[in-house]
Amino acid sequence: MSTRIFGSGIKRREDPRLITGEARYTDDIKLPGVLHMAVVRSPYAHANIVSIDSSAAEAMDGVVAVYTSEDIGDGLAGLPTAWLIPDSDLKTPEHPALAKGKARYVGDGVAIVLADDRYRAQDAADAVVVDYEELPAVIDPEEAAGEGAPLVHDDVEGNIAFRWVMGDREASDAVFDAADVVVSERILQQRLLPTAMEPRSAMAQYNPATQELTLWCTSQNPHIHRFIISAVTGLNENKVRVIAPEVGGGFGSKIPCYPDEALVSWASIKLGVPVKWTETRSENYLITIHGRDHVQHVEMAAGNDGTLLGVRATVYAGMGGYLSTAAPGIPTILHGLLYVGPYTMGSVFCESIGVMTNGTPTDAYRGAGRPEATFLLERMVDNVAREIGMDPVEVRRKNLIPAFEDGYEVATTLIYDSGDYPAAFEKALDMAGYGDFRRQQKSAETQGRYLGIGVTAYTEMCGLGPSQVAGAVGFQGGLWESATVRVTPTGKVQALIGASPHGQGSETTLAQIIAEELGFPVDDIEVIHGDTTETPMGWGTYGSRTTPVTGAALAQASRKLKEKARVLAAHLMEANVDDIEYADGSFSVKGSPDQAQSIQDVALMAHLAWNMPEGMDPGFEESQFYDPPNFVYPFGTHIAIVEVDAETGVIDLQRYIAVDDCGPQINPEIVAGQIHGGVVQGAAQALCEGAIYSDDGQLLTGSMMDYCMPKADMFPNFELGETVTPSPHHPVGVKGVGETGTIASTPTVYNAVLDALAPLGVTQIDMPLTSAKVWSAIQDANGGGS
Amino acid sequence: MQVAITVNGVVQERDVDPRTLLVHFLREELDLTGTKIGCDTSQCGACTVHLDGKVLKSCTLLAVQADGADVTTIEGLAENGEHHPMQTSFWENHGLQCGYCTPGMIMASAAFVRDNPGASEGEIRHYLEGNICRCTGYHNIVKAVKQVADAAAGS
Repeated sequence: MSTRIFGSGIKRREDPRLITGEARYTDDIKLPGVLHMAVVRSPYAHANIVSIDSSAAEAMDGVVAVYTSEDIGDGLAGLPTAWLIPDSDLKTPEHPALAKGKARYVGDGVAIVLADDRYRAQDAADAVVVDYEELPAVIDPEEAAGEGAPLVHDDVEGNIAFRWVMGDREASDAVFDAADVVVSERILQQRLLPTAMEPRSAMAQYNPATQELTLWCTSQNPHIHRFIISAVTGLNENKVRVIAPEVGGGFGSKIPCYPDEALVSWASIKLGVPVKWTETRSENYLITIHGRDHVQHVEMAAGNDGTLLGVRATVYAGMGGYLSTAAPGIPTILHGLLYVGPYTMGSVFCESIGVMTNGTPTDAYRGAGRPEATFLLERMVDNVAREIGMDPVEVRRKNLIPAFEDGYEVATTLIYDSGDYPAAFEKALDMAGYGDFRRQQKSAETQGRYLGIGVTAYTEMCGLGPSQVAGAVGFQGGLWESATVRVTPTGKVQALIGASPHGQGSETTLAQIIAEELGFPVDDIEVIHGDTTETPMGWGTYGSRTTPVTGAALAQASRKLKEKARVLAAHLMEANVDDIEYADGSFSVKGSPDQAQSIQDVALMAHLAWNMPEGMDPGFEESQFYDPPNFVYPFGTHIAIVEVDAETGVIDLQRYIAVDDCGPQINPEIVAGQIHGGVVQGAAQALCEGAIYSDDGQLLTGSMMDYCMPKADMFPNFELGETVTPSPHHPVGVKGVGETGTIASTPTVYNAVLDALAPLGVTQIDMPLTSAKVWSAIQDANGGGS
Repeated sequence: MQVAITVNGVVQERDVDPRTLLVHFLREELDLTGTKIGCDTSQCGACTVHLDGKVLKSCTLLAVQADGADVTTIEGLAENGEHHPMQTSFWENHGLQCGYCTPGMIMASAAFVRDNPGASEGEIRHYLEGNICRCTGYHNIVKAVKQVADAAAGS
């Protein structure tokens, strides 16, 4: 028997082109005669555009044209919001590709310049003279929802874009009124900058003769981009080809369709030449979506014995100047539905208010709503523990949902697929040596050293998701995936998928699924993605869905092929189909092992079609559309151990333990990589990341000099563990793992730091926990700096 | 201005706009797009190359300043068709995901290990502060670099 390919941490198939610099990302692609687009962007967060004078710019060397919103006219429709959450009085203000009369955040596009060189295009953009009338701006979402706040859109009264309610307010009140203990906290989920290392880029090439537009762009979902670009340009969808070439990370920020992608398309149609635009990092920080930005008022009710009874929250979610593609769904559907977490808690209530502000638009950022839910839940569990004087681990242990294999309905109406939360929990505690740590912590304290531990139990909803649910919650698309497994006459495989991976290693993981199902060597399988003309329809890579959803489609397409192969093999060997045995890519006749047909033999014979069974079509290719019957719910427990220097406020993250259960791991090395990266992203929210605006709406963290990106020396090596609980509804039992690290790690690290600070009387600090804030909090707790 | 820069062993003579950054010279003039641009403030290290054997962020230098210099980019790191040990180690240790920071990471790490065989994990983490990765959480990058550093110390 050969070693099973499923479950093996093989090297990634995408790496040879990446480690040699041969991979081509959007900005690496060159077209002759290309014009470079630069965008004149508003330097004010909120301003009327009085006049635009482009004459000086137009006269500059190499400049071909300067266009404003007026020039575009109705040549481009406004960018749509594509998640129309129901029953929320949702307003979707117009989002023109270039500002019409008014700019609503710093970076809002005002004009575009097209020139023969990117330096010259930028020079000319700087030479466009715009006369602005500055208006008062508002950034804080709670303030923006208050009386007398500046109005961002005239047609969005009180800046309230939506008000979404989950649960029964009266029932929740009754639980809280009767509870022994109610704890509360105002939690600030600060704005984060997704910072995919590859900045966004788009290049459009319109062919006037065929009236076809090709758009290369940094997209997580080229089919959604095609859909939207077709809608805004008015071109038929079959005349638009969107290609996401190599894409350097997304983390949600390359889901939306942005003005820039519409603008290069329009300009290429207008001028009949290719047009390219690539953002700088500073531009990226101003215009590419931000994540989080919640002000949450949270309460949790509990019994004196530590029984968790209910959670409720009012959330002010900053939407920024416009409603980005999926924005309304993030602080609502993807947030409130996670309020139960892994606990038996019976009462949930959430009122989420989407507020227009003069910040950069927000949208899905790794975890998207679920980190914000998990943080508030885990923070409040620690608060309950402190309030009743119980070990936070005991409180969690007492309330964890017991193991279940096939469906568990919780108070948010979700039906979790499978879980064994106590097993992952106890395993993580064992790995951390929890009891010993508590003793060390006490002894360290006597020497004036402050150690802390944070423990997070989580589950999350991913593998998005059943299309019927998508429709019911207003998502303007399906959430199925499709895949084709195409075998060539010589027995090599092309797997075409509609999803669009951009760093996840899916070319390897998905090839492993096919190799497992059909017995082809993994090196003979190419996974092809990222081109709407070459690949079948799909909704994209986000929401930890590519392995669960595309993977299922591929497994099922492979099984169809296997069945065809079995019948053809029987026919070729003149045997009964029921007597055909399959192992490792070979079909043999029961009892006569010498007689065998390899999958490659069968593929060739299917292509030749010289000798087919009655009624069997030629060829060796199958497709599958897969609409998942439910979400998948990975889970686990994460633990952080920190030491805080009380003299300086500096935090040392000493250990990080993560036990995650994503079902059977197809490639454990790739799974580990997803967890490592997710943990750092989430931990960095707790420790250092945060977009900061001035009161007048200037982004003060406008480059990597000011925005604290996590670096290698902030972290220890991670200690990973796993449990394996298959998803009962999935063809190969797998769950997503792209976001678990980010979801679990923020509260884990935060609670560890606050645990360390408890003896000093510090009970709350707004994230990020910079040394300055920690130090100040210690001083404040000690009565103002003794 | 006229420049002559040796890039990956080939002398490249060009007439460049004096303000052209070396990274743009490499990417636009020579189509060596393996060298990436990830920021505009020389924090991220995606544009790291070797200039006369030293590690350099190619966004911090004008092409004219590199006149007469010897530049190696990621495309020139392999020798005789064999991956450099650092490239091999990144592949073997899953030290990359989206791959965008990878050329810079590999260039920086290759020079670091050449100069610091046997470097400790702590030294590697400290050194890598000049290269930012958003995907891997650095764990497997550190592992990859350590493997080469250990091997270099042993030889």
